[in-house]
Amino acid sequence: MGCRRTHSQRPVGSVVRMVARRTVVLGGTKGMGRALSRLMASRGDRVCLLGRDAVELAKSADDLTARGASHAGFALCDLDVPRGFAGALAKASQQLSGIDVVVVTAAAFATQAQLESDRDRLQYLLGLNFTNTILFCETAREHLMQAGSVNPTLCVFSSVAGDRGRKPVVFYGATKAGLSRYLEGLDHRFASRGLRVICVKPGFVRTSMTDGLPEPPFAGDPDAVAVRVLTAIDRGTPVVYAPPVWALIMAVIRLLPRAIMRRVDF
Amino acid sequence: MALTGWGRVPSVDAREIRSENLTAITEHVPLTRGLGRAYGDAALPARGDPVVAASPLADRILAFDAATGLLHAEAGFSLNQLYRVFLPRGWFTPVTPGTRFVTLGGMVAADVHGKNHHRDGCIGEHVTQLSLRVADGRIVTCSREQEPDLFRATLGGMGLTGHILEVTLRLARVPSPWIVRESERIPDIDAFIDRLKTAARQWPMTVGWIDGRARGGSLGRGVLLCGRWAEPHEAARTFPALRSTVPVPFDLPAGMLNPTVVRLFNTAYYHRFSAAPRRSLVRPESFLYPLDAIGSWNRGYGRRGFVQYQCVLPEAGVRGSVRAFMEIVAGHGRASFLSVIKDCGEQGAGTLSFPLPGISIAMDIPYDRVTQTLVDQMNRFVIEQGGRIYLAKDALTRADDFRAMEPRLNRFLEVRRAWDADGRIRSAQSVRLFGW
Repeated sequence: MGCRRTHSQRPVGSVVRMVARRTVVLGGTKGMGRALSRLMASRGDRVCLLGRDAVELAKSADDLTARGASHAGFALCDLDVPRGFAGALAKASQQLSGIDVVVVTAAAFATQAQLESDRDRLQYLLGLNFTNTILFCETAREHLMQAGSVNPTLCVFSSVAGDRGRKPVVFYGATKAGLSRYLEGLDHRFASRGLRVICVKPGFVRTSMTDGLPEPPFAGDPDAVAVRVLTAIDRGTPVVYAPPVWALIMAVIRLLPRAIMRRVDF
Repeated sequence: MALTGWGRVPSVDAREIRSENLTAITEHVPLTRGLGRAYGDAALPARGDPVVAASPLADRILAFDAATGLLHAEAGFSLNQLYRVFLPRGWFTPVTPGTRFVTLGGMVAADVHGKNHHRDGCIGEHVTQLSLRVADGRIVTCSREQEPDLFRATLGGMGLTGHILEVTLRLARVPSPWIVRESERIPDIDAFIDRLKTAARQWPMTVGWIDGRARGGSLGRGVLLCGRWAEPHEAARTFPALRSTVPVPFDLPAGMLNPTVVRLFNTAYYHRFSAAPRRSLVRPESFLYPLDAIGSWNRGYGRRGFVQYQCVLPEAGVRGSVRAFMEIVAGHGRASFLSVIKDCGEQGAGTLSFPLPGISIAMDIPYDRVTQTLVDQMNRFVIEQGGRIYLAKDALTRADDFRAMEPRLNRFLEVRRAWDADGRIRSAQSVRLFGW
C-alpha cells in the first residue's frame, strides 16, 4: 500500500512474527470471524476467506487488504454443502501457497423456541454445527498436516453453551458439546504429530448473531475476543474462554446440581 | 425497549436492528442510526415506528488509495477505527467532531465540524461520493456531479434524504501522530472573541472552553486551546495508541452535577492553565477527544438526562450578541459542565449544514421542568440575531422557531419531497420540526 510505518501500533499477541502466517477463515465476513481476520490482517498475515456470498467475500477481502493483509482473497464454500469443502480448501491453499492456520467461526444459531417449533430448522442446525463442521475440520486437518505448514493450527469456535445442558440452548448446546469433544479428541490424537487444536468457547458476545437477544452481564465485544483468540493461536492454547470471565462462570454452572438447573432459566 | 440519543432525553419505545449487511436491513425501516451520539432525537425513530437500522456493524473499508488519500468505506466505519488503522500510516480524517465514537454515515448526516472549521470547513467539503438507499428502495450514488441536489441535501440532512450506505472521503496527510497544543487563559468574553480571531490566522485548530457560571467582569472567561499536528522532529517516537476508556457503569445521582460541583470543576479547570500561552506536545485523543476518556459520561447527568444546545451567531455584531447570549445563560443559573466556543468559517455545501461565519457556542443543560423555557428563550435570541442551531444536538426546538431561523429549509424539503414523496424516511426530529 506504500504506507509509511514510522509509528506502528503495538503488535498484538505475545509473539512478534517475522513471517506472515497463511490463514483460512470460514465465516470471516461477520462477527468474531471478521474481527479476528482483521486483527491478523493488521499484522500483515495472508488471509483467505471462505463463505457462500461472493459479493460479501470480495468486500471483506478488500477490507482486509486496506487493513494491511499481505494477501487477502476468498473462495466460495458453503458449510451446508460438504462435498465442496475439499475444492474450497484446495483453492485457498493454492492462493496462499499452503496453509498454517484454519479458523472456523461459521455456525447456525436459532433460539430454543424457534428450534422446538420447526423440525426442518432443527435438522439444519444439528447437521451444520456438528456433522458438517467436523467434516470441514477433517478436510482442513489433512491440509494442515501436509509438509510445509508452520505450527499448523486448527482453531474452531465452539461455545460455552456446550459446557452444560441448559434450558435456552438445548439443541445448540448439544451440537457445541459434541464439537468441543471432537476437538478435544483431535488434540489428544494429533498433538504428538504437531497439530495444534484450539477450541474457542465464547460466552455472550455482541454480534449480529446475538442481536435482539437479552444481554446478560459480562457480554463481550468481538474485538476483545479476537485479541484473546489470536494470542491463543500464536501460543497453541487448547481451550480458550472469551471473554475470560466465562471460564469462571461455566465452572460454577458445571457444578450446580440438577435440582437447581431444573429451576433456573439460564 | 427504550431508545435515546446521547443526552438520554427524549426516549422512544423502539429497537435497533444490527447487521453487517446494512443494505439488507435498510429496506423496510424509516431511519438508520450510527453510534447514537446525536444528543437529542435526530437518530430516534418517530413515535409509532418500532425499529431503526443500526449501521455500526457495517464497518468495512472498501478501498483506500494511498496516492490520493481517498477512503471508500461502509457507513458504519467509525472514527475510532479510522484512528487505529490510518493514523499509524500518516493519514487522518480531515475533520473530526469532539468524539471518535461516531460513524462516517453519522458524520455526513450531521455534516460535522471540528476545531479546524475556520480553515477546513465541515466534513462535507471532503466527501466526494455517497451511496444511499433512497425511499423507493433504489440504491443511488451521488456526488457533486451526479445527483448534486441529493448530495448537497444529504450533507447535514440528518439521514432524511436516504439511508447512507457508503461514503467516499478524502483523508488528510498528517506529518506525525502527535499534536502540538498551546493553551492560554482568557479573562473575559470580549478577549475570547478577539483571541479566537487572531489564533485562527496562526493555528489550524482552535477551540475555547468557557466557564458558563462566571459572571460580571469575568463573564465568558475560559481557556483557549490551539493545536496543530506536530512535525516529525517535534513528535515523540512512539505511537500514541488509544487508551481504553473508563466506564461509568451506572447512572450517577441527578443531583451530583449540581451548580456547586460544576462551579468547583470550572474554577479548578480554569486555574489549571497558566495565564500566559504555554506550548506542549500532547496525544491527539487528549486534544481532540477529551471526553472520550470516560466511557458513558452522559450518565453523569443521572436518569433524567440532559440536553445540549449549540447555536452559531453571525459575524456582524458578534461581540455584543455573544455577550448578551452568555448573560441569558448565566441568568438562568443552569449548570453547564462544558461550554464550548469556536469561531466558524464559511458556510459549506450542505443544504442544511450548521456552521456560518461567526461564533458558535455549545453547552450541556441538565434536563428539568424549565429546560424547554430556556431553550425557547435562547432560540428567540438566535432568531433575532440571524443565527441558527445545530440539529445534531437539538431535542427541544419548536417547529416555528426552526423555520424562522432557517431560510434554507424550503430548499431542503423540496429535495426531500422529490426523493421521498410519501415521507417514508423520517425521524422523531423530522416529525417534530418539519411535521413529517
